[in-house]
Amino acid sequence: MIALLLRDLKLAFRAGGGFGLGLAFFLIVTVLVPFSVGPQSSLLATIAPGVLWLGALLACLLSLDRLLALDWEDGSLDLLATAPLPLESVVTIKALAHWITTGLPLVLAAPVLGVLLNLPGPGFGWLVVSLLIGTPALSVIGTFGAALTVGLKRGGLLLSLLVLPLYVPTLIFGAEVARRGATGMEVQTPLLMLAGITAATVALLPFASAAVLRINLR
Amino acid sequence: MSIAAKANALWEYANPRKFLATSERVLPFFWISSALFLVVGLVWGFFFTPDDYKQGSTVKIIYLHVPSALMAINCWLMMLVTSLVWLVRRHHVSALAARAAAPIGIVMTLIALATGAIWGQPMWGTWWAWDPRLTSFLILFLFYLGYIALWEAIEDPDTAADLTSVLCIVGSVFAILSRYAVNFWNQGLHQGASVMRAGAITGTDTTEKVSNVFFYPLLTCIIGFVLLFIALVLYRTGTEIRARRIKALLARERVNG
Repeated sequence: MIALLLRDLKLAFRAGGGFGLGLAFFLIVTVLVPFSVGPQSSLLATIAPGVLWLGALLACLLSLDRLLALDWEDGSLDLLATAPLPLESVVTIKALAHWITTGLPLVLAAPVLGVLLNLPGPGFGWLVVSLLIGTPALSVIGTFGAALTVGLKRGGLLLSLLVLPLYVPTLIFGAEVARRGATGMEVQTPLLMLAGITAATVALLPFASAAVLRINLR
Repeated sequence: MSIAAKANALWEYANPRKFLATSERVLPFFWISSALFLVVGLVWGFFFTPDDYKQGSTVKIIYLHVPSALMAINCWLMMLVTSLVWLVRRHHVSALAARAAAPIGIVMTLIALATGAIWGQPMWGTWWAWDPRLTSFLILFLFYLGYIALWEAIEDPDTAADLTSVLCIVGSVFAILSRYAVNFWNQGLHQGASVMRAGAITGTDTTEKVSNVFFYPLLTCIIGFVLLFIALVLYRTGTEIRARRIKALLARERVNG
């Protein structure tokens, strides 16, 4: 399992792995927002938590179609499926690798971009916490979507269509934590719900992803 | 007849031939009775009920709005059941019924959204509000869209049936989750959602808040919609079975010829 994780990480970090792509996308989305809504700092401060969450979610989505497609193309996915490692573990490792290469950088970049959007002071900590707890769910749900569409020629757009409705609860609770944190309100309830979603998806969805992958590899 | 024998009798319809024969026999009954109930219910509702003292005649859109919203949700439930049956017992008719039901469900969702907007404009002064009920219906619409798109995208029919079934199950869990998340989210935004709630009438609310004058024609319309849904699903499933057969025949001809 660790060998597979290291392999995936190496592939992602080396040239052509598309490691910085999500990060750059996140940066561009955030920079474009003030141009579209206007530079008033009070307005930006109001929408900053939501915009940062949405940007992180879209950046996550952008990198999903590479998650399994490359392994599918060169046939290593078939080898992984016949390996002694259960497919459920393979899928979990894939999601973990995706989170380390995409989710974690987004979490680290978010406070920097928060400065650009004039995020209120107390919001920074809660933004990082909510993203840290929420992005694993995004990776796991995304892996399910990638497993569903792995055999398709032009699966990218379909993948977004399938995954976006599944992202709704995570986005609602994640952005709610950040928003409440920024305005100094109580964050416990949405934070617990967000953590619950992440725990449940991490525990259950790999089984669905593996089942779907088996069907696709048939 | 014992319960086991009855259960066996139900599974006989997993045979496409038997399904087609029976559905063709009962289809006229469903078409005619649904037309009857709908005509009676709508005419009764539109012309023979008084205007609401507050809402005027706009209240009458309830006869389309509530039944379609009800069927939009029940259609997804039916797809969930047939998907499970397909995954467990591998009956092709079941998978094809789920496929046949999805477009009906999405149309019902659209009717509910559109009539809701038309109703909401004079009542709330807006076509759209991010009320929990409205929002969850929009999300349901997205789920239907993804489900249908996945069916269309995959060429191998059995693979498509398997994948869409898993999507339907996972999607159901997330749809329920979204419903509660949305409730939470809007309360977080607007403290006073009570104004919207009184206006957003759904099946459960109407039985308590609608007077009998409106309720009986509404019930007639709901029965009409259920019958119409059954007729459409039977009809479309038959079409799917025949399309599958034509495909098989064409493939055989290609191999032989």
